Formats: sequence, C-alpha cells, structure tokens
Amino acid sequence: MELNIILIVAFSFIGLALILGLIRFIKGPTTADRVVALDTMSIIATSLLGLMAYVFQRYIYVDVALIYAVLGFIGVIVIARYLEKAL
Amino acid sequence: MEILNYIGYFFVLLGSIFLFLGALGIYRMPDVYNRLQAGTKSSTLGAMSTLFGIGLLQPDWLVKMFIIIIFIAISNPLSSHALARGAYRASLSLFQKKKIDAYEKEYNMEDK
Repeated sequence: MELNIILIVAFSFIGLALILGLIRFIKGPTTADRVVALDTMSIIATSLLGLMAYVFQRYIYVDVALIYAVLGFIGVIVIARYLEKAL
Repeated sequence: MEILNYIGYFFVLLGSIFLFLGALGIYRMPDVYNRLQAGTKSSTLGAMSTLFGIGLLQPDWLVKMFIIIIFIAISNPLSSHALARGAYRASLSLFQKKKIDAYEKEYNMEDK
C-alpha cells in the first residue's frame, strides 16, 4: 500500500468534490441540474478509482474505472435524450 | 526513477485540485448552463491530469490510462453538449438573467 501526504491531500480534495456534487444532486431545483451533478460525479469517481488502483496496487481497478466511465457516459446520454423529448 | 515520481505526484495533485474546483462550481453557480460549463470543463482537465499522473507513477499502466484519457476527452464534451441541448428543450424558462440567446431563432426554425 503506497500512501503518503500528497496522496492523502489528493484524496481529501476528491472526497470534498464528491460531497459538493452530492449536495447539488440532492437539492438541485430542476432535473437538468441533477443530471449535470451526476455527470460530474461520475467523472470524479473515475479518477478516484484510478487513484485507488495506485494506492492498493491492484491493476483490476483500472478496468473498473474504464467500465465506470463508459456506463456513466451512456447513462447521461440517455437522460439527456429523454429531457430533449426525443426518446 | 525519482524525477518521474515527482512529476506524477504533481499531476495527481493538480488534477485533484481541478476536480475540487469543478465541483465547487457545480455547487456555487446560479444557473444550469453555468453549472454545466464549470462542471464539465474543469472536471475533464482534472480527470485527465489525475489519470496521467497515475500513469507516470506506475509506468506499466500508462497504456490503459491513455485509453481512459482518450475516452474521457471524446465522451465528456459530447455528453455536455447533449445535456445543454436537452436542458434548453426541456424548458425555455431556465434562463434567469439572459442577455443574448443565439439558439432561439434556430430552435424556432427547427420546429416548423
């Protein structure tokens, strides 16, 4: 397990970013706000998974990050098409 | 390699700061379009920088990190474009203090 002060600071920034996105996801006034917060949170979670793969020295988490990026993108595209009333 | 580790840590720290600033923009901005701008642009840069830094820290993983970086660089502007379009079409009254609306004429022409 490779952990030092720089990685702890990076984890803290990413955790704060996830909390701020979650607050906007909960209280966002319209549906579009919530989907924007979900999109940003999926990108943040992708980089968090990459960072965790380095800290725990597990190569398989990189694959998880890739699949998470693909699934988040597809979900956001589907909800955007639904908002557009084209689905 | 010692110097490669320092460059990797610099990129990881820079990327996490950009991710935090993007989420702060999501939280603070007044309008859905401002939130979209703040969230998507800076989180794209932050994720790309973080993954590149991890690839420098662990050079065996650099190829797969580049695959994720290229995928994010393609998919994130696409999803933000689709979201802006969907938000505009969902309701036109999302603009609170609009000065100019360049898409309105084209939108009305598309409906005809």
